[in-house]
Amino acid sequence: MDRSMSVQVRQGHVRKTPTFLGIIVERLSYGDKVLILKDKGDWLDIKVEGTGTRGFMHISALTTKKIVFNPGDEEAKKTATSDEFALAGKGFNENVEDRFRADNPHLNFAGIDRMEGYGVSEKQMRQFLFKGQLIFKGENP
Amino acid sequence: MKKNTRRNFLYTAGTCALSGLLFTGCKTLDTMNKMLEVVKIDAGPVSSSQVQSLVKTGQAVAKTFESFTPEQEYYIGRTVGATALGRYPPFNNPMANTYINVLGQTLAAASDRPDTFAGYRFQIQDSDEINAFAAPGGFIFVTRGLIRCCKDEDALAAVLAHEISHVQGKDGLRAIKQSRITSALTIIGLEGAKQFGNKNLAALTRTFEKSISDITNTLIVNGYSRTSEKKADIAAIEILNRVGYAPQGLLEMLTQMQARLKPGTPDFAKTHPSPHDRILALEPWIGPYIPYPQPQPRLERFTKYIAWV
Repeated sequence: MDRSMSVQVRQGHVRKTPTFLGIIVERLSYGDKVLILKDKGDWLDIKVEGTGTRGFMHISALTTKKIVFNPGDEEAKKTATSDEFALAGKGFNENVEDRFRADNPHLNFAGIDRMEGYGVSEKQMRQFLFKGQLIFKGENP
Repeated sequence: MKKNTRRNFLYTAGTCALSGLLFTGCKTLDTMNKMLEVVKIDAGPVSSSQVQSLVKTGQAVAKTFESFTPEQEYYIGRTVGATALGRYPPFNNPMANTYINVLGQTLAAASDRPDTFAGYRFQIQDSDEINAFAAPGGFIFVTRGLIRCCKDEDALAAVLAHEISHVQGKDGLRAIKQSRITSALTIIGLEGAKQFGNKNLAALTRTFEKSISDITNTLIVNGYSRTSEKKADIAAIEILNRVGYAPQGLLEMLTQMQARLKPGTPDFAKTHPSPHDRILALEPWIGPYIPYPQPQPRLERFTKYIAWV
């Protein structure tokens, strides 16, 4: 297998082992491309285009579509249908949210912003599992 | 008159360019007409790059909720979440919310969809009503009333795993009516290489508003189908097993919920099958309820961080 996929989430993690508690060897940005070397269930053995870093990524972070940031650019013109590319930052986006918020001031977006601040690190997860005497079997399901 | 002229120009330009590009004449024209009828916007004269964009989204009519990118799902989820927080205000205790996020995000990491655009987030809501919502993209809300139905961490993990399963199954996005999806994707196609003009942005925002209503009506008023709820319970069992929690926690929580739900209240009872029915449906998967061990450190942290809410 020798195909390219793109990161479809804000931050994609390349891990040393095919598990969510695996060490992160590189952090990728939305739209970055990786080469798929081997499918390993939902975990894909990948190589990062550009840096050449090897590791594993979960399939939910990747798409076969090219992420296009400007639909007028050459890359978008080369692709034939919408099945092959996705427009980053287009459609339901920050501008649409801003406009919607202006008309609906009673909605609690500040609460959502605060909620987004509750990020949890892999280290916190590992400690949580260990202290709770839990055995994470999430890897390689 | 001006609007009609522009619309006709768009039809003509689109038709000429499309027949040259695709050689599929009538079918493409029919698709284009459908797209333009649905969005009902003043598109203005189009450039060849815009027509090319339209060609690329020409299959929009046939698209489903799966066509929304994780990024768009995230913006839908933020607004559905802001609506959910309008219904029940946030309970802003940092200790309790941190605990529920560590627990919830660990469970989400073990799900079949661990990566959403901006990750999973959990928020306690300040209400005695028994309720929970999963907004698209991974924004999950649980009321204090529902947390009180959980006697330990395994039971609370079951509640969160059930909600994660709704995100995993994209059940919120499934509630969006097809006509909104067609409208949204068509407007995105019309955009061409430019930023949205005011009119297109207004049209897209109207579609956004209707999509949000579709989801909140399902989440808050009608509830998901019984099939979706059963699927979410079964997917939750899988997540609990992967992390090492006792699936019995789900039965424990449902038993407590059955005892606490008051008939006629506008909460979980209205949007979910009865806990009793859910317990019966889960028996083939979990077996009858038997007590499960609760390690002391797990019980202690549950008591310290969240049991008191």
